[in-house]
Amino acid sequence: MKKSVMRRRIAIAVARKDLRVEWNSRVLVNQVAPFAAIVMVLFAFALDNDGILQRVAPGLVWLATLFSMLVVIQRTFSVESADGALDALRVAGVDPGAIFVGKALALMVQLFALETLLVGTAFVLYNITMTPAGLLEAFVTMVTATVGLACVGTLYGGLAAGVRGRETLLPLLLLPVVAPVLIGATRAMESAFGSGGATVSEGWPWIGLLAVFAVLFSALGSVAFGPLVDE
Amino acid sequence: MEPVIELKGVVAVLGSFPALAGIDLTVNRGEILLLQGPNGAGKTSLLRVCAGLMPIERGEGRILGIDVTTQRQEIRSRVGLLGHTNGLYLDLTVAQNIAFWAATVNASDSEVAAAMNTMHVDGRLASVKASQLSAGQRRRTALASLIVRRAEIWLLDEPHAGLDAAGRDELDGLLRNAVAAGATVVLASHESERASGLATRTVTIDGGGAR
Repeated sequence: MKKSVMRRRIAIAVARKDLRVEWNSRVLVNQVAPFAAIVMVLFAFALDNDGILQRVAPGLVWLATLFSMLVVIQRTFSVESADGALDALRVAGVDPGAIFVGKALALMVQLFALETLLVGTAFVLYNITMTPAGLLEAFVTMVTATVGLACVGTLYGGLAAGVRGRETLLPLLLLPVVAPVLIGATRAMESAFGSGGATVSEGWPWIGLLAVFAVLFSALGSVAFGPLVDE
Repeated sequence: MEPVIELKGVVAVLGSFPALAGIDLTVNRGEILLLQGPNGAGKTSLLRVCAGLMPIERGEGRILGIDVTTQRQEIRSRVGLLGHTNGLYLDLTVAQNIAFWAATVNASDSEVAAAMNTMHVDGRLASVKASQLSAGQRRRTALASLIVRRAEIWLLDEPHAGLDAAGRDELDGLLRNAVAAGATVVLASHESERASGLATRTVTIDGGGAR
């Protein structure tokens, strides 16, 4: 079988396995999603005056996404290390690039579901309205930001997986790196929401930045994930 | 006799510590080789070299005819190393765990069914989550994954650890069956009496060398 076909098969198997683990354990549904929703409610309590919530809603959505993402990444790699499964994959010579792609795909699905929940919560709690063009822009923003976050999250999750104190190390490593996503996604979402008088057209250059970030880290992750987990 | 492991003067280091100090070893297909020796003697390092995980500094070696210095990734895909952990996903069922490993090598459903049957993890046990299995059942599930991966050499580090008497007997039987089916087994064990009864040959590792 051709190497590229085998690589694709393994990536799909890894993604299905990660999603099946989530389906069996329901950690995303029972723990992470309520955590994300609570963060949004607490923001509403803290900032509830003079329409400030409507202005800062995009930033709050992405901050809550980043906090929740940390929990999801910790979870996805603790599943791998609980009984030495990631080691076993490495020992078995399974293509690390395919493992990276599979884990990133599963993370994308989970993050996108979370972001949908968070945007929905923002609509309800923060009284957000959007035009159809804004809705399309919000969707594209979510897709491009999710790809970038999932790729960088998988890469750094793999890096921290074998390190003592990984629970505290991961946020320290990851949050500075995803700052461009936070900035780009927030600006693009402000345009989609029309926050502070922003127009939809102002958001597309920021989506371009998100796309560059996604391409950069998907390429870097495919190459660097193997050596990182091997060490 | 077809040699599947051939090491000549192999030196491997862990940091600055020489884990293997010029070891010579030949293992033929169908053997069950027991590695004995005190803690830190180099048994685990030898298994890791044979698995293509640990680079060698000097000497030469071939595993299944593949050069250990230049083609370690290819070696990994043809041997199976089972250490102190089982490499299972605890939130997946036995069947889902084995199906995942099968997908990584494109194994068929019939191969999965045969492996589960051989290791007695089919039937009711197939739908039990790995987190709910006993130590012996987890070990059997891990061994079923090795079968499904079509590992030609089984490298086992303390395979009897954590098993009760019945589980140990069962494991010994399973390893004999695997060898009868064409596999080669190299195991490191401190339980010399039990492992000697299982092994066809014993090698003592001490100070990074073989006797």
